[in-house]
Amino acid sequence: MLAYGCAVLITLFMLAPVYLIALAALSPTSAIFDYPHVVWPTGLSLENIWSFVTFQGVLPALGRSLVVGGITVVLSLLLGCPAGYAVARYNFRGRDLLQLVLVNVRAVPLIIISIPLLVTFIEWNLYDTVLSVALLHTAITLPFTVLLSASVFIRVPGELEEAAMSLGTRRFGAVIRVVLPNSITGLAAAALFAFVTSWNEVFAATVLTQKSTTLPAQVVSQLSVSPLPFRFAGGLALTLPAFVFIFFMRPYLFSAFRVGAP
Amino acid sequence: MPKRLWSIAFAVAILTFACGGTPPAPATAGAQKNVGQVEFLSSQGQPAKEVQDMNSKVLAGFNGTVDFQSQPTGAQDVDKVLSQHQAGKSTIDVLALQHGDFTTLAAADALEDLTPLLQKLQKDRKFPAQLLSYGKFGSQKQYYIPWLQATYLMVVNKKALQYLPKGSDVNNLTYEQLISWGQAIEKARGEKLIGLPVAPGTKGGLMNRFLQGYAYPSYTGQTLVGFKSPDAVQMWQMLKRLWSVTNAQSTTYAYMQEPLQNGEVWIAWDHQARFADALNKLGDQFTVIPAPSGPKGLGYMSVAVGLAIPKGAPNRAGAEALIDYLTQAKQQAAAGSSLSFFPVIDGVNLTGSDVPSYLSAESAVASKYVANKKSVITLLPVGLGLKGDEFTLTYQDAFTRIILRNEDIQTVLNDDAAKLQQLVTTAKAACWPPDPPSSGPCQIK
Amino acid sequence: MAPAVVFMLVFLGWPMINALLIAFQSAAGDFTLDNVQRLFRDTDFGLAVRNTFLLLAIVIPLEFTLALVMAVVAQSRVRGRDFFLYVWSFPLAISDLAAGLVWLAVFTQHGYLNSILQSLHLIQHPIGFLNYNNLAGLVLAVVLAETWRSISLVMVVVMSGIQSIPAELGEAAEIMGAGAWRRFRSVTLPLLKPTLQVGLILRTTAAFQVFAVVLALTGAGLPVLATKTESWVYEARNYQMGAVYAVLLLLLSTLTTLIYLNALRTPRAVFQR
Repeated sequence: MLAYGCAVLITLFMLAPVYLIALAALSPTSAIFDYPHVVWPTGLSLENIWSFVTFQGVLPALGRSLVVGGITVVLSLLLGCPAGYAVARYNFRGRDLLQLVLVNVRAVPLIIISIPLLVTFIEWNLYDTVLSVALLHTAITLPFTVLLSASVFIRVPGELEEAAMSLGTRRFGAVIRVVLPNSITGLAAAALFAFVTSWNEVFAATVLTQKSTTLPAQVVSQLSVSPLPFRFAGGLALTLPAFVFIFFMRPYLFSAFRVGAP
Repeated sequence: MPKRLWSIAFAVAILTFACGGTPPAPATAGAQKNVGQVEFLSSQGQPAKEVQDMNSKVLAGFNGTVDFQSQPTGAQDVDKVLSQHQAGKSTIDVLALQHGDFTTLAAADALEDLTPLLQKLQKDRKFPAQLLSYGKFGSQKQYYIPWLQATYLMVVNKKALQYLPKGSDVNNLTYEQLISWGQAIEKARGEKLIGLPVAPGTKGGLMNRFLQGYAYPSYTGQTLVGFKSPDAVQMWQMLKRLWSVTNAQSTTYAYMQEPLQNGEVWIAWDHQARFADALNKLGDQFTVIPAPSGPKGLGYMSVAVGLAIPKGAPNRAGAEALIDYLTQAKQQAAAGSSLSFFPVIDGVNLTGSDVPSYLSAESAVASKYVANKKSVITLLPVGLGLKGDEFTLTYQDAFTRIILRNEDIQTVLNDDAAKLQQLVTTAKAACWPPDPPSSGPCQIK
Repeated sequence: MAPAVVFMLVFLGWPMINALLIAFQSAAGDFTLDNVQRLFRDTDFGLAVRNTFLLLAIVIPLEFTLALVMAVVAQSRVRGRDFFLYVWSFPLAISDLAAGLVWLAVFTQHGYLNSILQSLHLIQHPIGFLNYNNLAGLVLAVVLAETWRSISLVMVVVMSGIQSIPAELGEAAEIMGAGAWRRFRSVTLPLLKPTLQVGLILRTTAAFQVFAVVLALTGAGLPVLATKTESWVYEARNYQMGAVYAVLLLLLSTLTTLIYLNALRTPRAVFQR
C-alpha cells in the first residue's frame, strides 16, 4: 500500500511538467499570459505548434537530430560493448586506472572541448556536418556505455560462457549466444542513454554546425529569443520523438521485472 | 543586442545571393535584369519570426534571391569578414552591422567606397546628414549607407498611471520621479512592479546599454570617460534606490515584453524591438514613454544600422541593387515593421495596414528624444571589434557587484574601469559620442 | 577494447588536454599563472563554489534515495507498474531547454505555482521564488528542476543494478526471518554497491557541470561554477579563463570520484562464484 502511494506521488511529480508544457503549447497564445494561470485547458489551439513546425528549418533539423541520434547509438554500442566486455572479463594491468579515466573523462565541461574540436573538424572538412556532431556525441556517451555494459556483463556468470565454449563454440559465439541475451536490459539502457543524450545535447551541436543544425541547436539559436508561446511549442516538439523511442525501448528496459522478485 | 543583430542578420540574408542557388525564374520583360544570388550577412540569432517576416515581406519583392545569414553577435560578423578579407576571398555581398562594428572593418580597409552608389540614391531620397557623416568614419569615403535606426524606451502598463506622483509628467520623468513612482506602487499594492533587463550574458538583458546610453550620460554627460567619476558614483547610488523598488526577479528578464505581458512588471525599459510582441498583441494595455532624464540631461542611445559591401564581394551589382531596394520608402516601412526598427529615409509613412500601430507610437517617442533640448545622444560603442562582448560583460559585472552583491561602489568602479581601459586600448578604439573625440585609444579619467 | 580507447582519445582526450593546457597560458601563449590568480578573484567565484556544493549536497542524496524507492516499488507487484515505469522515464526525453522553460513557468512570479497558491488563498501576493536575493527559493526551484530532469537516468542505473541481484538471496533471507527493511539493508544495498558507485560517480561529475537549468531559472541569481565557465567561453570568448575553470572542475570531479571509489569499494570476489 505504501508502495502504491509512493508510486502515485512520484508519478504526479513526473507528469506535472510534461502536462504543463503540453498545456501551454496547445492553448491559445493569449492564455500563456493570464494570471492566475488556469491549470486545466481552457481551449485547445494548435496555433503555437503550427507556427513552430512551419517555421523554416525546423523539420530538417528534426530529421538531422534523429540521424545523429541513430548514428550515436550504433557507434557507441559497437565500440562500447567490446570494451565493456574486456573490462568485465579480463583482469589486465591498468584496468582500474582505465575505469577511473573513463569516468573522469566526462569531468571536463563539454564547452571547453568543443572549441579545439571545432578546429580539428574544420581541418578534416567535417565542419557543419551531421557526422561531426555524431562523432562528438559518441565520444561523450562512450564512457557510460563501456561502464554500464561492463557492470552488466559482470553479472553474467563466466561459467555460462565456458560451458558454451566447452560445447564447441568459440568465445565470440559464446558471447553472442550466452552473454548478450542475458544483458539485453542493461544494453537497452545504454542505447537509450546514448540516444537521449545525443538528442538533447545542444551546445556542442551549436558550435559545430552552422546550417545543418540539429533541432535543439536550432531551437536554442533561434527560438530562445522568440516569444514565450513559440518556445513552449518548440520545447514540446523537442520531447516528442524521445517519448516514442522510450515507448519502444520499454519492453527491453524493464522486461526483467516481469520475471519478478519475491 | 538582438535588435542590432536584426539589421545585420537582415543584411546578411540579403547579401547571400550565392551562386548555385535555385535558378530564379527569368525576369519578365521590362523588369530589371535578375541580379542572381546575393549573400547577406547580419549579426545575431534573431527572433525567428523576424527572419521570416524579412524574407516574406521585404525580400520577396526583390529582383533576385537573397540568402539571409546571421551570427550571434556583431563581433562574430566582424570576425568572419575580417578573416575572409585576409584570405582574399569574400563570400558576402552585403553586410548589415550597426555603426560601431563597421569601424574595425573600415580601418582594415575591408569595405568598398559607396560614394557613387550614394550619389545615385540621393537623387530620389533623402538620408539624414548626421547618419551619412557617421558612415564616413571621418574620411572622404562612404563606407556604409544608413539603413535603419532604433533606440531604447520605456513601456508602461496603463494600470500604473494612477500611482504617478503628483506633478510628474509621464512623458518627462526624472530618475528620481521614477523611483517615487515605484515606491508609490509598492506602498499601494505590496509588489515591486518596475522591471529592468538584468539577465546575464551577451544574449541576455540589455542592462549594459541602459548603463552606457541612459544612466551614465544622464548623470555624467558622458558614456565611457567618466566611468568612475564622482558623478558616476551618484548615478550608482540612484540606481541602488531604483533597484529597491524593482522586481527582484529581474535577474531572469532578457526580453521585457514577457514580464509585461504576464503582469509581473508594469514599468519596463528595453530596446524598442523587445516590446514588439507585447505592443502588437496587447497594445491597449500599454503606453510608450521616453526614458527618464538626470541632472545632466536626457541620455539616450541611438542604434544606427548601415549597409556595406565588403571588398571583393562576389556579386557587386546584386549587392548595390539590394541596397537600393532596401532604402526605398516602401521597403523601409516593411523592414521597419518586420524588425521593429525605424526607417532612416525622410518622409517614410509609418501608417497603413501593413505597419503595426505601435511602431508609430515608438517613433513618436524617439522624436521626443531628438526634440528635447537637453538630450545627450550616445552611440553604441565604436571600434571595439572583437572585444565588444567582453566590454558588455564588464558593465554587467559592475551591475552585479554594486547592485546585487552590495560591494563598495568606488572600489568596483576602479576595478572595472581598469578592465574597460584594457579592452579599449587593446582594440585601439577612440572615444565616441558623447565623449569628446580622442586622438588615440579612449582614456577613462 | 582498443577501438573504443582510440576513439575516445581522439575525440575527447586530445581536445581536452589541449584545452586544459590553455589554462596556464596567456593570450599570447606564454606560460603564466595569472589566470589562476584571476580565478580566485573572479566576481562571484566564492558564491559559485558555495552554490555548486550546496546544490550537489541536496540533489545527489535526494535523487539516489528517490531512485532506490522507485526501484523497490518497481520490483514489487504494484498495480499499474508498467505505466509507472513508462511515465518515470519521461524526463529522459526532455531536454535541458524544455525543462528550464517549464520549471520557469512554474516558479516565475506570475507562474503556475503562485497561481495555484493564490487561487487557494494561501498567499496574498505572489512569492518571488526566483528573486535574486531569495536563496531558499532559488535553491528549491533548481533542486526540483534538476532532480526532475535527471532522476530517470539514476533510476535506470539503479534498477539495472537491482534487477541483477539474484532473487534466491532475498528468498533465503526471508526464509530466515528477515523483514523487508532488513532484507533491503543487508542483502540489496551491499550488492548494489558497484552500481551505486558507478552511478554516483557519473551523476556527481555531471552535476558539477549543470548549468542550463540554473541559467534558465535564475539568470544571474545563483552563480555556479558551470555558469561561470560557460560565461567565459561563450560570452567573453576568453578561452584561458574558461580553461582554468575547467581545470578546477576536473580536479573537483576527480576528488569526489576518488572518495566514492574508496567508500564504496567492493572486492571483485563477491561476484565470482
